[in-house]
Amino acid sequence: MIRLEKRPTPSRFWQAATPVVAVLLTMIAGGAMFGLLGKNPIEVIRTIFWDPLFGEFAWYLRGQLLVKAGPLILIAVGLSLGFRAGIWNIGAEGQYIMGAIFGASVGLAVFPTENRLIYPVMVLAGAFGGWVWAMIPAILKTRLNTNEILVSLMLVYVAEKILSKAALGFLRNPEGAGFPGSRNFASYPAASNPELIAGTGMHWGVVAAFIVVIMAYVLLQKHLLGFQIKLAGQAPRAARFHGVQPTRLVVMCLGLSGALAGLAGVFEVTGPAGQITLDFNVGYGFTAIIVAFLGRLNPLGILLAGLLMALTYIGGEMASTNLGLPSAAIQAFQGMLLFFLLAVDVLANFRVRVFATTARGTN
Amino acid sequence: MLRRTLLATAALGLGIAFAGAASAQDKTKACFVYVGPIGDGGWTFQHDQGRLAVEAAYGDKVETAFQENVPEGADAERVMTQMALSGCDIIFTTSFGYMDQTNAVAAKFPDVKFEHATGYKRDSANVSTYNARFYEGRAVMGHIAGKMTKSGKIGYIGSFPIPEVIQGINASFIHAKKVNPAVTISVVWAYTWFDPAKEADAAKALIEQGVDVILQHTDSTAPLAEAAKTPGVIGFGQASDMAAYAPSPRVSSIIDNWAPYYVERVGAVLDGTWAQKDTWAGIGGGEVQIGAISDAVPVEVKAEAEAMAAAIGAGTYHPFTGPLNKQDGSVWLKDGEVANDGDLAGMGFYVEGIVGDIPK
Amino acid sequence: MDFGAINPAVLIASLMVASVPILLAAIGELVVEKAGVLNLGVEGMMIIGAICGFITAVGTGSPLLGFAGGAAGGAALSLIFAVLTQGLLANQVATGLALTMFGLGLSSMMGQGYNGIKPPLTSAVPFGPLSDIPVLGQILFSHDWVVYASVAIIALVGWVLRYSRVGLILRAVGENHEAAHALGYKVQRVRLGAILFGGAMAGLGGAYISLVRVPQWTDGITAGQGWIALAIVVFASWKPWRVLIGAYLFGGISVLQLNLQAAGSRIPVEYLSMSPYLITIVVLVIMSSGRATQNAPAALGQNFHASR
Repeated sequence: MIRLEKRPTPSRFWQAATPVVAVLLTMIAGGAMFGLLGKNPIEVIRTIFWDPLFGEFAWYLRGQLLVKAGPLILIAVGLSLGFRAGIWNIGAEGQYIMGAIFGASVGLAVFPTENRLIYPVMVLAGAFGGWVWAMIPAILKTRLNTNEILVSLMLVYVAEKILSKAALGFLRNPEGAGFPGSRNFASYPAASNPELIAGTGMHWGVVAAFIVVIMAYVLLQKHLLGFQIKLAGQAPRAARFHGVQPTRLVVMCLGLSGALAGLAGVFEVTGPAGQITLDFNVGYGFTAIIVAFLGRLNPLGILLAGLLMALTYIGGEMASTNLGLPSAAIQAFQGMLLFFLLAVDVLANFRVRVFATTARGTN
Repeated sequence: MLRRTLLATAALGLGIAFAGAASAQDKTKACFVYVGPIGDGGWTFQHDQGRLAVEAAYGDKVETAFQENVPEGADAERVMTQMALSGCDIIFTTSFGYMDQTNAVAAKFPDVKFEHATGYKRDSANVSTYNARFYEGRAVMGHIAGKMTKSGKIGYIGSFPIPEVIQGINASFIHAKKVNPAVTISVVWAYTWFDPAKEADAAKALIEQGVDVILQHTDSTAPLAEAAKTPGVIGFGQASDMAAYAPSPRVSSIIDNWAPYYVERVGAVLDGTWAQKDTWAGIGGGEVQIGAISDAVPVEVKAEAEAMAAAIGAGTYHPFTGPLNKQDGSVWLKDGEVANDGDLAGMGFYVEGIVGDIPK
Repeated sequence: MDFGAINPAVLIASLMVASVPILLAAIGELVVEKAGVLNLGVEGMMIIGAICGFITAVGTGSPLLGFAGGAAGGAALSLIFAVLTQGLLANQVATGLALTMFGLGLSSMMGQGYNGIKPPLTSAVPFGPLSDIPVLGQILFSHDWVVYASVAIIALVGWVLRYSRVGLILRAVGENHEAAHALGYKVQRVRLGAILFGGAMAGLGGAYISLVRVPQWTDGITAGQGWIALAIVVFASWKPWRVLIGAYLFGGISVLQLNLQAAGSRIPVEYLSMSPYLITIVVLVIMSSGRATQNAPAALGQNFHASR
């Protein structure tokens, strides 16, 4: 008879060891799948996990890892604060889009002025755009008691329609021969977000992600708001006795996560993506939810989870191009990795006990 | 130590570092970047058919590689860079949204050839662009539609209001009106590239408005399946032949056929004659194929449509030949004048007789 | 405005068909959430249902078996979720999202070779002369059996949750799993049942897309309908009949905006295309304002572990 027994405190050893165990299990299960698809499992696994970090082109791909992980981390850190407090913003994708549109609009409005202040103002506008979009569910929730899950999710689709309107209409490149899409920021230095050191992938968005991780860590450890967030999530009633105002907390958490998603949007549109297009958003806002939980809602954990997600994207892509695997197999593989990561987490919080007697009355 | 050297190299000039990477191999490698999955049965599926044709044509002399589901933006740039680094000699980037990334990566890899579908930027000498004149096929569809409609109402399901779709709407309307002056066209914008259920609803909405011929610029068979439910309503296959719905409601189809172009361009790399160019071929070049016109269409209409396709293919007839006015009544093309490619490529207006506005 | 050109009977008939996938997936998810489990993997289960249903229907030539296959496929995928969240106490939100990712990938691999095939036809239920009744005949008696089944399932779930012992236990587990456990109910087993039911319903909804609505197989065929289903459960504030209202409202506006376009409405298209989402929000705001509680199951999203 196997039983799980809750540990009084999570095991430090297993907290560190579970990701490794999960990756190993994924390699075995995923390897079996790749073998069934007629590929050499070892070669595939090496291409996914090893090559982007230490392979022939790692000097390029390591930087790309940061490009891919940056927005995920930035959004996930913001979301994690709300999730801790039991506030469900699942519309980060929409806030990301609105951040990009607001930021890009400011930059394109003053084109082609060259001024050092333009970029900082765009960044602020981006954060503002994401914040505004998150304030809609926040206000509806606090004033009219409307569920934030539905409102934030529905607003993603509305943001997508606004994005197509921007790409086809008000932000369309006037020199683009009638095609959809805005000007490319790469050709507008005052408003662009280039690599800070060539070849490293570092751009302002990645820098911001690192700063935000540190700030969130400090916030949760030292600041009153961090304490309130944790308390509200763990013991809502106790939180009220401690003077936590639920309304204020909802507005703070949604606003913060919206602003960070908006920041990710404006850094992406001015940097790696380069322009507003019909399909500018690629699902970072949704993937970031997974990243937030994989990182156990902890800023440092999110940093690692974001990098791991990015690794599976880039490594998976390489396996797909170089070894001819369908991209669907990679997607399924990513799903498996997540399953294992989530499954073995049980070892950190529970002890597995084997009983000889027949225990009674348990599930 | 090694790391520092590499960083220094990268900082000195990416171009040099990159240029050295892609060389020294025996087989010619052709690589393809796809925006959707091969299983979309439409746009990406047809590009992959072109890739398979390249393999079939050159056998052991080439190898191909591809990447599906590549989002536009940073991901596309990374995929192209990876391909160039890993030894691709020619890279086909098969979506309009890859335009800026294609040119950016091409600038770093002067020895690799880049072929960008449906774009117009060729910033460096190793970038070519190619597109298909889908409107030529639409003109033939429009002719059949004008002849076949009994209600005098044609429906058009558009994805996004971009020039390529607007060309198609105008071309089909002009030719339907030519044979049936009373004809009207209703356009429904789905505002999505891909949502089969929504396409079905759009077709249903059009049929409800009395439309009995449906043209679609979205890739699924959903509108045809919807048309099949109402007797007398016909439609056309889009991107692929959709022969499962022949002879009716699918009376003909417009097929994207990239194979001839891909075989030609990879061949040019093989024999060293590859040079930059801008290709916009249509029925004549084989890029646009008209699928077999079914028996649901009267023999004489079928003959006329085939003659028209042949004339377009031979270059003796241009679907946009004056006199043609814009929607507001102003003159676009004078009698006998033919639209120039620049105007067509950026087309942002309806021709006279179409009711409604293009969303902006 | 020019509603005049739109026939309301036809509009209602088509919104009933358009809403079926969302309706089925949403009522399944409602049962899952009533048991205190939040499964965000609806999209993944739907698309697995779509491909399993398609493969079965094409293979056997029977649409009926196809729907059974779709439901089985959706339930099978939801079993992964059940094992992870109930057996290994994994986080529900993240597991659900991973399920969607896995389902999208797996469906695409399973679907290779099924492009461009026409599945066997699901025809309308023959009501004979009833379907010729003006207006009513078109609205009520012109559909295939799944449309009626979907409404029947809503009624059944509504009845079971409200009046039956099973429903009572399910709600108890979802409201307070500690108390339910103390009363001797097997919390995890009840939740497992609810999750499988949710998976089967999502699979059925997916199969409706690939067998009736579209009908064909292409990658990504569900195109986000699973997400809408999740929103509809919230919209319904966890009440079965409101799922029907929510799904018909959303489906109705989606169909209406296309009809308005086809009828040549002067409302700009981009606003029309946003309207289903905006109107759903507005209606929810009106319905929920002034209410103290949102009626969400109290234990929603929390894992249960019996400490003794």
